[in-house]
Formats: sequence, structure tokens, C-alpha cells
Amino acid sequence: MRRLGSARDSAESLADRIARESYGRLMAYITCRTHDVAAAEDALSEAFTSALQTWPATGCPNNPEAWLLTVARRKYTDQIRRKDRQAKSTDELRLRVYDLDQVPIGEIPDRRLALMFACAHPAIESWVHAPLILQTVLGLDAASIAETFLTSTSAMSKRLVRAKEKIHLAGIAFVVPEKAEIGERLDAVLEAVYAAFTRRAHVATLANKGKDDLAEEALFLGRLLCDLLPSEPEVLGLLALMLFSQARKKAFRTQAGDYVPLDDQNRALWDWHVIDEAEAVLRRAHIVHKPGRYQLEAALQSAHIYRLRTGHNTWSDIVLLYDELCRLTGSTVAEINRAMAVAEVSGPSAGLAAMPAGDKHIAGYQPYWAARAELFVRQGSPEAARHAYEQAQALEPDPAVKRYLQKRAEEIRKT
Amino acid sequence: MQYMLLLHADENQFAKMTPTQQQEGYAAYLAYADALREAGAYVAGERLRSASTATTVRVKDGQTQVLDGPFMETKEQIGGYFLIEAEDLDVALAWAARCPGARHGVVEVRPIWSM
Repeated sequence: MRRLGSARDSAESLADRIARESYGRLMAYITCRTHDVAAAEDALSEAFTSALQTWPATGCPNNPEAWLLTVARRKYTDQIRRKDRQAKSTDELRLRVYDLDQVPIGEIPDRRLALMFACAHPAIESWVHAPLILQTVLGLDAASIAETFLTSTSAMSKRLVRAKEKIHLAGIAFVVPEKAEIGERLDAVLEAVYAAFTRRAHVATLANKGKDDLAEEALFLGRLLCDLLPSEPEVLGLLALMLFSQARKKAFRTQAGDYVPLDDQNRALWDWHVIDEAEAVLRRAHIVHKPGRYQLEAALQSAHIYRLRTGHNTWSDIVLLYDELCRLTGSTVAEINRAMAVAEVSGPSAGLAAMPAGDKHIAGYQPYWAARAELFVRQGSPEAARHAYEQAQALEPDPAVKRYLQKRAEEIRKT
Repeated sequence: MQYMLLLHADENQFAKMTPTQQQEGYAAYLAYADALREAGAYVAGERLRSASTATTVRVKDGQTQVLDGPFMETKEQIGGYFLIEAEDLDVALAWAARCPGARHGVVEVRPIWSM
């Protein structure tokens, strides 16, 4: 991953290590005072470049964060002064320089949470929340983010620049909302982090690769949120959910890149340490007794893994969890998965009856057809199954999943 | 910071209301302006005459063109505004949500470009 601050190989690993922790911390600290994300980025970028030039010769300073902040502060002040000379000086600009000059070097308070809330503000288009957080908190450049979000670098840059400008000019606050109103705003932050994480799956399936993804970045943000908001159960739920998925990452595909459904995955490829960590995080969330979408999805993962690990039938628990998830989110995906779980408990006909009604919207959704096809096979209705598989294949963009669906359809023909 | 709340609404809706409903409408706006003043957030605010009274002016090649009607012939027109003082966007958005105009139309919140 290329970061905004990195330039040269020699000191790069050191700068990169510091960048991951310090970049967002410094960024948050400067922008919470100046509200100017773009200017802070420029200043920090120059500070990291300076570090790469200076540190190989002088050695790494004792407090690299303080060093970077001092330089960034100077660069920022220079920038403002330059603007000041161009435009007529305003009190506001002078105040901002003064403000930043008052920053005590040493213990730098962590304002990353406030920064994330600003990035996921409802006044910013929701599509940009995740890219903006990845850029401001982790310092990823627009090109790396664009790749994962399947868009061009220039389009991504434009959206990011516009969002930063809006934060600055519209006066979006850099604050953590009060406990009473944190819910909805926190959802937006969690959604952004999860979007960055699930992009991984999407990119991996489409391009059949898994290296250049943002899963590690999303996990870093998930862990950071748990540190900053340790008593929010949904924050823990999201981390658990991401860990459950990450633990099984190697088993998602065959060597040839073919899609492997959960029950057929090679469990020797699952990372049981990560699964244990996920279970522990989920238990911490449950203690709070405030269920939510991410906790339920993580609990579902946990129930499936338990079922496959022990051979115990947990399907009726799985149905109950889906009941709750459907009630909470009204999501069509959850309804389809619930119907599949119902089929495991009460048979394929009950599963088909539990499927959501096939309206126009759902008719264009691949998993709906694949799930129905599966149930028709089990019910012993090969004609209906074949038709449903054809629909699913036509709708699926990922060649690996398409191959899997085709294989299933051919298996019916043989029988 | 200062923010302009631009009140967009369908003018015909007001015309269709009964006199009592119109009175209640006025009262709601007066109460809202009072609340802004009490909070020290009020800078200015006015109701505009209907868009049918609008005239647009543009100067092209030194020639002044005057046309009857609003800039855009849309169902929703700007019917009034409030200029307010707010600490940040969240405060401004909260005031916008309290504005009666947000219930029968749309309130657009724009930061003022301070010179």
C-alpha cells in the first residue's frame, strides 16, 4: 500500500511503521484544530518526506511523533502564510496558525474518533465515507483506494477533494457525538469500515486475487474503534464479524480460484487463533446485552463454525438469529439466508415458502435464484432448479461463482 | 459561522390552505424566528412574494436583459430565508430541522462565504 507520506526505500519501513499509528493521530490532531483536511495532508506529507530525508542520516528521533508534528506545524504555518500573502490576511487564518502553535509537543491526544465521525457525517455522501476514512486515518493515497473501490484514480480523487472541501467550508464539526445520539452516527462509521473490509471480498472474487486488499486496513480500524469505544457492543460485533471472515479467508477459493461454499471449505485452512479471538470479542459484546446487526452476523458465523467443528446441529439457533436480523434490518439477503436455514430445520418446501416474495427488485438478485435452485434440487424439482440456476448464472458477474453455478446445474442434468 | 437557510416549497400548497391553516402557518414561523432570536442565532429572515412576481436580470454584451418569471420554472420555489449564526454544521442542521419550512418543503443549508 502506498501512503501519502512515503517516498524513499531506505527509511521507508521505519516511516511506514510510524505512519500506520501516527499518521492518523497527527492528522486528527491537526484537523480537529484547523478543520482543513487538505492543508493538514499537505503539511503531514511534507513532514514525512522530511523524515525520510533526515532520519537515515541522523537516526530516528526519540519521539518521532513529536518530531513529525513539529515539522508538520511549521509546514502548515508556512502554507497559511503563503496563502495569507496571496489573499488579504484574515483573522481566521491568523487564529488557526496561533491555535496550532499552541499545541504542546509531547503527549498528543488521540482525536482519531472525532476525525472518523467527521468523515462519516451524513452531510458527506455516504459512498465516500469509507474512502475518506481510509485516506485521513491511514494515509492511503487515492490510487490505492480507487483500485479497491473499482473506480479510476481521478474520479476517486475528485470525490475525496470535494468531501474535504465540504468538511472545511460547511463547518462540519470534529466531535464525538454525545452518548445519547451516538447510535446513528456510529452506524455510519461502522458501515464505512465494513465497506472497506467487504470490498476485499469483491475485488478478490472479481480479479481472483487477495493481496492488494484493504482487509488489514479495515481490521486495523476495527481494532482502533474497539480501543476508543470499548463499551459499544456493535463496535465489538463488527470486529468479531471481520475476524471470523478473515480467519477463513484462505479457504474461500480453491487453488484454481474456484468458489467454495462454507460447508465444503477445507477447515485445515481456517486460522483457529483468529477464530478464538473473534469468539472472545463477541463474548465481550454480548455482556452489554444490546444486540445489533454486526453482533448478530458475527453470532451467525460463530454458530456455523460451531456446527461444522463439532457436528452439532445448530440450525434452529441459526433460524432464531436470522429472525432477529430480519426484524432489525429488513434486509432481503438476511431473508434469503433465513429461508435456507428454515429448509435445514423443516425441509426444502418450508424453505421455499419462507423465501421473500419475488418482486422486480429481487428478480435481479443472483443469490435469490441460487438459493431457490438449491432448494428445488433438494425438493426433487429438477425443472424448476435448472431454470433458477440459469437465472443465477446470467446475473453473476464473478466468473468463479458462475463456474460453480454451472457445475451445480450440470450435476442436475446427470441425475 | 453564518449559514443561510433557503426555504424551498410548493407555493400552491399555501394557496390551497384554509385561512385558519394559513394563520397557524404564520404563527409557526413567528415562533421559530423568536426561538432563533432567543438563542442569539437570528441574523435575518424574510418571506418572499410568490415566484410569479419574480423578474430575472442578466447582462449580455453590455445589454441588460430583463425577463418575467423566476430563474427556474420548478414546482418548488424559494419562498423565504433565514440567515443564522451557528457554531458548526450540526447546529445549523438542527435549526433547519426545527424550521416549519422543513415540514412542508425542503430547507437548503448553505455556509456563508465570509470575505
